[in-house]
Amino acid sequence: MYQTSEIDANIARLRQQIAGTEAHLRQLKVQLSRAEQQAKEAHDLGQTYDGGHPVEWQAETLAALSQKIGSSSRLHEDGIPATTPQHSGEPLLLSSGDVSSPSSKGRWPLSTEEYRRYGRQLILHEVGLQGQLRLKSAKVLVVGVGGLGCPAAAYLAGAGVGTLGLVDGDTVEVSNLHRQILHSTNTIGIGKVDSAVDYLNGLNSLVNLIPHRAHLTPQTALEIISSYDAVLDCTDHPTSRYLISDACVLLGKPLVSASALRTEGQLMALNMPPKPPGDASGGPCYRCVFPKPPPAESVVSCGEGGIVGPVVGVMGVLQALETIKIIATGTVDRADSNGKTSEMHSKANEAPAPASPSLLLFSAFSSPPFRSVRLRLRRTNCASCSAQATITEASLTSGSLDYVAFCGVTSPLDILAPHERIGASEYSKLYRSSPHILLDVREPVHFELSSLPGAINLPWSECVAKPGEALLQDVERLTQGREDEGRDVLVVCRLGNDSQLAVAKLKQAGWQGAVKDLRGGLRAWRQEVDPDWPDY
Amino acid sequence: MTEAKAASIPLAVEFTGGLELLFSNQRKHKIAIPSKKPDGEPSNVGDLISWLCDNLIKDPRKEMFVLDDSVRPGILVLINDADWELEGEDKYELQPNDEIVFVSTLHGG
Repeated sequence: MYQTSEIDANIARLRQQIAGTEAHLRQLKVQLSRAEQQAKEAHDLGQTYDGGHPVEWQAETLAALSQKIGSSSRLHEDGIPATTPQHSGEPLLLSSGDVSSPSSKGRWPLSTEEYRRYGRQLILHEVGLQGQLRLKSAKVLVVGVGGLGCPAAAYLAGAGVGTLGLVDGDTVEVSNLHRQILHSTNTIGIGKVDSAVDYLNGLNSLVNLIPHRAHLTPQTALEIISSYDAVLDCTDHPTSRYLISDACVLLGKPLVSASALRTEGQLMALNMPPKPPGDASGGPCYRCVFPKPPPAESVVSCGEGGIVGPVVGVMGVLQALETIKIIATGTVDRADSNGKTSEMHSKANEAPAPASPSLLLFSAFSSPPFRSVRLRLRRTNCASCSAQATITEASLTSGSLDYVAFCGVTSPLDILAPHERIGASEYSKLYRSSPHILLDVREPVHFELSSLPGAINLPWSECVAKPGEALLQDVERLTQGREDEGRDVLVVCRLGNDSQLAVAKLKQAGWQGAVKDLRGGLRAWRQEVDPDWPDY
Repeated sequence: MTEAKAASIPLAVEFTGGLELLFSNQRKHKIAIPSKKPDGEPSNVGDLISWLCDNLIKDPRKEMFVLDDSVRPGILVLINDADWELEGEDKYELQPNDEIVFVSTLHGG
């Protein structure tokens, strides 16, 4: 049963991919025919102009005609991404000015295409020509191409950041799509970085996109980050957050860090200004704000805790905004050849702005939804950015710093004896035949999505604070009129953790009857018994 | 003496970032705590944290809020919109109507 459904899902996915690829092919044909039309016009115009006009006029007129055509033409076959072009911004017709260098021979510092594309931000005092040129020469690294990284990368590419690096080792899943706006139904199963490159190429082919198709590790972090000017932490775990912060401090890069869960988000600009370790005028790093990692059991992912799409979207957009502010105002300069410096010489005559670190809190369902709070400056005993720093390039690259151990890991909860648990397959044979009370301890929103016939909902979050007596009374009350179910209890939850706690608590309180839990929760039920059980 | 003992200090306390789940799933609380400790010293944020553990927290997992006599790692304490480390941390003497926010850091992305 399970295998058949897998094959069905595979067929559906392949059909979707074929449909997507065909749609893509149709788009390419339209683009080709447009390009051919433009080529013809340019050719005719060139012939007309041959003679009386200065060469640069000809070039400008032709450049105006040769609008760039989206050239993201990578096709996916069997879900295997084709090689990603690192730069597909080659003009189709005559060059409209060298887009990679502001000091090119063209009459204007930006190309015709760039004036049009970035016009709406170019006319703002806060960006202007200098800001645009800074964006164009900037190299920005987005670590994590998920709920934060997708919107952040989209706005950075849209704004004309010259080089955009993308780091992620994950592949696209359907549950990502409600918030990870660069990915699509057609790219399910494909690497997130490749999926994002595909989208961003279509959005703005002037941007040089650099794919890094693996998660950052202590061994790779310094090498990758060193060739960028600013970093966005769009990851989802403390281990990566400490690693990115440490690497940014060692390399002198500003770090824009955000996070989101459920209906809330947090944003901080760290190591800003990016001074060397020991320089008290630099901005605090992640370790200054959080010197000790949180207990591993307090770390909740979006998969476990849930996330409202626009909430994480807002935070990713704010990260892009913060980065654009840092770059366009010339607060930090480009990385030099050894990737080390971020000195502030673009505003050499002005005193550097002192660090005024803040944390922006967003809570979608609170009023007011935004709150900005002042953070501390650098910690004088910080392990990363103080004069007493113990974290060095060598400790990172040698692998002697174990971020996973530092942050701790949770082991699966296993507090019951084997005879107190029952597997999903075994339960499927019993649950109709032997009378029992079926207690579902998930939250009501989970219970509403799907529940087993006859199940009683008693959320663990309500039980956890109650004395055992009160819990027994609750169960008695909920089972009134159902005496035919007997006194044996089976407890289920989503994954089989809370159900163990509930079994233990019921036993401790002295429940008269056998109490067991469903091993692996309703996920195991779906995997072993009922493939149609909602997978949320 | 009786007067001093009875005096209390009104405060606005807020829990965010998931911490509200430990406090009856309610973010904002208007509370009043004794303005002086038994030894006569004015109450500080450390006393507020003890008071919250004794009076307001509903979840038995107190270690998700307090560890080793202070808030657990990963929780920021904000005193009137500033990191408490700028205000003297747990030694900060509470003033009437101070707004104290406890923020659990988020990691999702």
